Amino acid sequence: MNEVKLSIQDVNLYYGDFHALHGISMDIKANEITSFIGPSGCGKSTLLKSINRMNDLVEGCKITGKFLLDGQDVYKDIEVNTLRKRVGMVFQKPNPFPMSVYDNIAYGPRTHGVKRKADLDRIVEEALRDAAIWDELKDRLGKSALGLSGGQQQRLCIARALAVKPEVLLMDEPTSALDPISTGKIEELTLKLKKDYTIVIVTHNMQQAMRISDKTAFFLLGDLIEYGSTEMMFSTPKEKKTEDYITGRFG
Amino acid sequence: MQLRENAMRIVFMLAACFSIVAVFFICFYLFINGLPAIAEIGPLNFLGGMEWRPNNDIYGIFPMIIGSIYVTAGAIVVGVPIGILTAIYMAYFCPKKLYKIIKPAVELLAGIPSIVYGFFGLVVIVPLIQDAFHTSGNTVLAASILLGIMILPTIVSVSEASLQAVPDSYYEGSLALGATHERSVFFVCLKAAKSGVLAGVILGVGRAIGETMAVIMVAGNQAVMPGSLLSGVRTMTANIVLEMSYATGLHREALIATAVVLFVFIMIINLSFSALKRKEAKS
Repeated sequence: MNEVKLSIQDVNLYYGDFHALHGISMDIKANEITSFIGPSGCGKSTLLKSINRMNDLVEGCKITGKFLLDGQDVYKDIEVNTLRKRVGMVFQKPNPFPMSVYDNIAYGPRTHGVKRKADLDRIVEEALRDAAIWDELKDRLGKSALGLSGGQQQRLCIARALAVKPEVLLMDEPTSALDPISTGKIEELTLKLKKDYTIVIVTHNMQQAMRISDKTAFFLLGDLIEYGSTEMMFSTPKEKKTEDYITGRFG
Repeated sequence: MQLRENAMRIVFMLAACFSIVAVFFICFYLFINGLPAIAEIGPLNFLGGMEWRPNNDIYGIFPMIIGSIYVTAGAIVVGVPIGILTAIYMAYFCPKKLYKIIKPAVELLAGIPSIVYGFFGLVVIVPLIQDAFHTSGNTVLAASILLGIMILPTIVSVSEASLQAVPDSYYEGSLALGATHERSVFFVCLKAAKSGVLAGVILGVGRAIGETMAVIMVAGNQAVMPGSLLSGVRTMTANIVLEMSYATGLHREALIATAVVLFVFIMIINLSFSALKRKEAKS
């Protein structure tokens, strides 16, 4: 059994007067892929963004309850930039910086104080290898990252996140803007990465959740309806609402 | 319906052509009137000559070229850092309430007539320099500071617009890697807005080198090489304006030729700007 990496305890989230998450509690295990599914507006992305405090940017966002990362409260015990170093994020739309491939990957380590060229070279290569994109990009490290295809950009963003050596990787619908082949590559990569990282992925695509995740959480209108092993959830869902959703009756 | 659309298309086309025609005619008449003088004086004597003595028919504008370059460089030193930092502050650090004050203030700065700037320079900057250095206040330094203030609104508004246009996803991507707000702003957002910021700077340079009235009022206008920041200086624009009203013959043509040189400077600035943009677009 894997240990609990992230414990979400009775979390309520408000955007101004709007109550977006209702008392969510769940434990996320280390070295597993946990997927959040549910229709648009169900709160799955909101919950994800609360884990690395990206919701701090949203004005009027208020959170109660606890997120414990290895037992430490991410809103109290960990400095926010340290938290984001430990909990990396990959966004829905690939967002490489308008710099070279190399500088994109080196940005994170440089931010955290790595200065020596040799160290940076090593980190960049490792990160690109881990993201399974080294062979494609090793000859164009100096080229602008904006010239890459969408799928390459997204894997570059994964490499960029890996370069700061996070413990948890949050992925917010990482393949929704990509074609099926790129999606396949990212899924394959995600499966490979869970050996070293704890991965939480938000997805609209139920097949994707089925293919790659160990656990699945189903959200609806701000409630966590059902959470458990992916296999069980898709074969014998406990809740009627879950069954309706995964069989395509709504959403 | 078809007829009306065609009519409208012609109206739009005429409007668009107007500025092209204007540029063409300005260019044409300037060169027609200025080039013969340069030929007569001799390009080397004209551009490289150290002395400007119309009474003796000696027309060397090198001191004025250098004068224009000095005050423009001075304006860049004063205006660019302040302008860019102001734009960054407005785009990323400024509380909303303060923004509502700064934004119109910058816009107002852009709208002030240059003669009013000149007056401000004359009654504020020049005396300050006089008191501080015990020399005449009408100096390169005074002109640089004044021009630095005058190019601020251009740099601030163009830079700010390009910073505002940087996608939030860059900023968020940087934060998500554990970078601070400041680092994200300076190393990701500012970098992303680089070409826009540079555009603002170049537009500012264009404004500084072409400015006339305000400079005349604070620069001293001696037609000699400025020796230091505290020397008087005459720019190309000042040279034209100061003598045009009474100049005749070759003297008059030499002034028009000065305008030709100024025009070439502006063209070089614009060309380097578009070359830079092309390079940016390619990479």
